Amino acid sequence: MNLSYSDCQHTFRAEARDWLASAVPATPLPSFDTKEGFAAHREWERCLHEGRWGTVTWPESYGGRGADLIEWLIFEEEYYRAGAPGRVNQNGIFLLGPTLMEHGTQAQRQRFLPPMAAGDTIWAQGWSEPNAGSDMAAIRCTAERHGDRYIINGQKTWSTRATFADWLFGLFRTEAGSERHRGLSFLLVPLDTPGITVRPVRQLNGLPGFAEVFFDDAECSADNLLGEEGGGWSVAMATAGFERGLMLRSPARYQEAARRLVSLYLAQRPAVDRDPSVRGAVLAAWMRAEAYTLATYATASRLLSGGHIGSESSTNKIFWSELDLELHSTAMSILGERAELQSTAVDCEAGGAWLEGFLFAQAGPIYAGTNEIQRNIIADRMLGLPRS
Amino acid sequence: MDFQFSEEQRMFERSLREFLAAELPTERIRGLWDSERGRSDALWRSLAELGVLSVLVPESDGGLGLDERDFVLLAETCGYAALPEPLVDSALLSAPLLAAVGGEVAQRWLPALLAGEVRVAVATPLDLLVADADGAAAVLLAGGSAGDDDGELRLLVAPPADALHRQDSVDPSRRLFSRTPLGGGDLIAEGDTVRQLWARALNRGALGAAAQQLGAAARVLEYSVAYASERKQFGRAIGSFQAVRNQLADVAVALEFARPVVYRAADSLARGVATAARDVSHAWLAAGEAARMAARHGIQSHGAIGYTWELDLQIWLKRIWATDALWGGRAWHSERLETAVFSPDVALGAGHTFDEGT
Ligand SMILES: Cc1cc2nc3c(=O)[nH]c(=O)nc-3n(C[C@H](O)[C@H](O)[C@H](O)COP(=O)(O)OP(=O)(O)OC[C@H]3O[C@@H](n4cnc5c(N)ncnc54)[C@H](O)[C@@H]3O)c2cc1C
Repeated sequence: MNLSYSDCQHTFRAEARDWLASAVPATPLPSFDTKEGFAAHREWERCLHEGRWGTVTWPESYGGRGADLIEWLIFEEEYYRAGAPGRVNQNGIFLLGPTLMEHGTQAQRQRFLPPMAAGDTIWAQGWSEPNAGSDMAAIRCTAERHGDRYIINGQKTWSTRATFADWLFGLFRTEAGSERHRGLSFLLVPLDTPGITVRPVRQLNGLPGFAEVFFDDAECSADNLLGEEGGGWSVAMATAGFERGLMLRSPARYQEAARRLVSLYLAQRPAVDRDPSVRGAVLAAWMRAEAYTLATYATASRLLSGGHIGSESSTNKIFWSELDLELHSTAMSILGERAELQSTAVDCEAGGAWLEGFLFAQAGPIYAGTNEIQRNIIADRMLGLPRS
Repeated sequence: MDFQFSEEQRMFERSLREFLAAELPTERIRGLWDSERGRSDALWRSLAELGVLSVLVPESDGGLGLDERDFVLLAETCGYAALPEPLVDSALLSAPLLAAVGGEVAQRWLPALLAGEVRVAVATPLDLLVADADGAAAVLLAGGSAGDDDGELRLLVAPPADALHRQDSVDPSRRLFSRTPLGGGDLIAEGDTVRQLWARALNRGALGAAAQQLGAAARVLEYSVAYASERKQFGRAIGSFQAVRNQLADVAVALEFARPVVYRAADSLARGVATAARDVSHAWLAAGEAARMAARHGIQSHGAIGYTWELDLQIWLKRIWATDALWGGRAWHSERLETAVFSPDVALGAGHTFDEGT
């Protein structure tokens, strides 16, 4: 056990910090769930890419830095510390990117990775359907093979960023009459394909953060099949593993939120101490953010010495999503009467960021596999309890 | 940066685990409850032979010259086995305190202690009660009879029988005595050095308690999973009911996120980093929370059998409840943590988790 950074790691941190200090926009960008905000975030992705900070864990040949997971954590710490914009291409860079590197052909990697890194293609995920939520194997959207093309019919839903995104990756039923996990294929589909209709869906904050995607004889080249035809489930599970596992929510995000919560609390003392539970809740939020960080460093160390991500995918997902909820609920109770105020209201605190975070925290236990599903996975695979 | 234990550390853990699995079945623990002394000299000597008592003692004093990082897994293992012997306190406090005092006192007591020939109990500045004072050849006392002077270290050799006022614990493995009648003894060190020694000793005690809570919680979870897999109601194993599964899954999550906090506290103490006290209190609180949850959900998943004397689960439940108040208690640790987190000069937030050691 050695819990101090090497000289190289210090240098890496310093480089990231210097670059971010000069590059991060001075005023926050508008939400990426608006047209102009999406464009501004795409520009930011380009800027990150030019600085070679957009895809630090990718190999250098694809514009990355070949950073290991510890360096990735360091970069994320600096990123959140600098208050840099959210990553509009998270789906691409952190989920599809690693999946392509593992399952893609050389030609596919060459074709899809560079524009993804450059911010030229922003990706949406298409797993869920109206009748396939937690039960993802119930997918019905079909992709019928015709020579070198697939013809897609059906509907995807809750597809994050799809309102403005360029491409969508997801699972489609390529084998007629197949059941459950069998006969599904992982396809990459341009969203401007004729026959595709994207209908934005407004989220709790009123913005179209996700969308329904309708396929009506939409054609997709067979070159866009990732992995084997009919073998999409295991490719998708690899993606979901990355998502829940480590890359979706780096600890820095919660550490910065906990730091802001502590300042908010200290600024509102002593009035806020009239509710004696607040103090403990603030401390608990700090402790959990720290615990999540420590656990992530431990997992990263294990993976670096050849381990594979296992039950951490599920325990992490539960832990960060519940931490996020507690953290923001505590902020709301500290803000009291002002908690409900939107960013446009004169008396709102921190540009309405706590309210925005509180609303988004409600979704944490739902997306990326609900927490109930994660508990099922823990009970089955980690504890080995009898199946329900 | 590498947040993993070494192969040697894991091997030491394994050898202690295997030893305790073989030598300390629950019948033996129950046997000790019924015995007059509640302790086994043979077991104590075997543990000493394994080297567990010597971990934190410098090599020049006949110890292994290792640190808290090497001990934390051993303490966890003692919790997992619900070892009644005061091994963790002896290894983390008595032995290193004697070594730090040095001189004649160390020469006289340390070799016998490390060989498992005697026990040396500790009465800290914090506690109302002293554990294992009866079987101890000597007691290390903070201050005189007042017990709150952390600038003094006294050694009371052969505590007289009339100063031993037994107080019964809910955990029959624990042997507790009133602190106040245990006074006098020889002054063996005083002043600021002793204050520092006590501060370090208290942090070590709290770390040892936290690690034992992890082990005990893991054991309760194991018992509960085994029982829920076997017991049938409504024609199926109760472990297939989501309500039961969820409770046990929550314990697994709590443990997953308490462990690294405890391991980090071990590292902070070993390296003497500026945040060591904060990290220890965090560990104590996090491990306690996980252990309390394990105890509650553990007993619930057993139904009425979990409420019996007969079921071995009680051995761990009671250890968890008792340990939850040791080495400062919740108020003390929360306060310490608060001082660190709510202080305007402390750097919080991303990138400050591993501030470098002093
Ligand atoms: C903000 C946000 C972004 C999202 N982004 C995407 C995206 O980009 N792409 C995409 O494909 N999807 C996305 N989703 C959809 C998400 O993956 C689903 O919402 C999720 O899988 C749950 O499916 P559902 O909404 O149909 O709920 P349901 O599956 O109907 O679940 C409803 C409730 O029942 C519980 N439940 C269901 N089955 C069980 C069970 N077996 N045991 C116990 N409880 C159960 C659930 O836990 C939940 O509490 C997003 C969702 C949100 C909120």
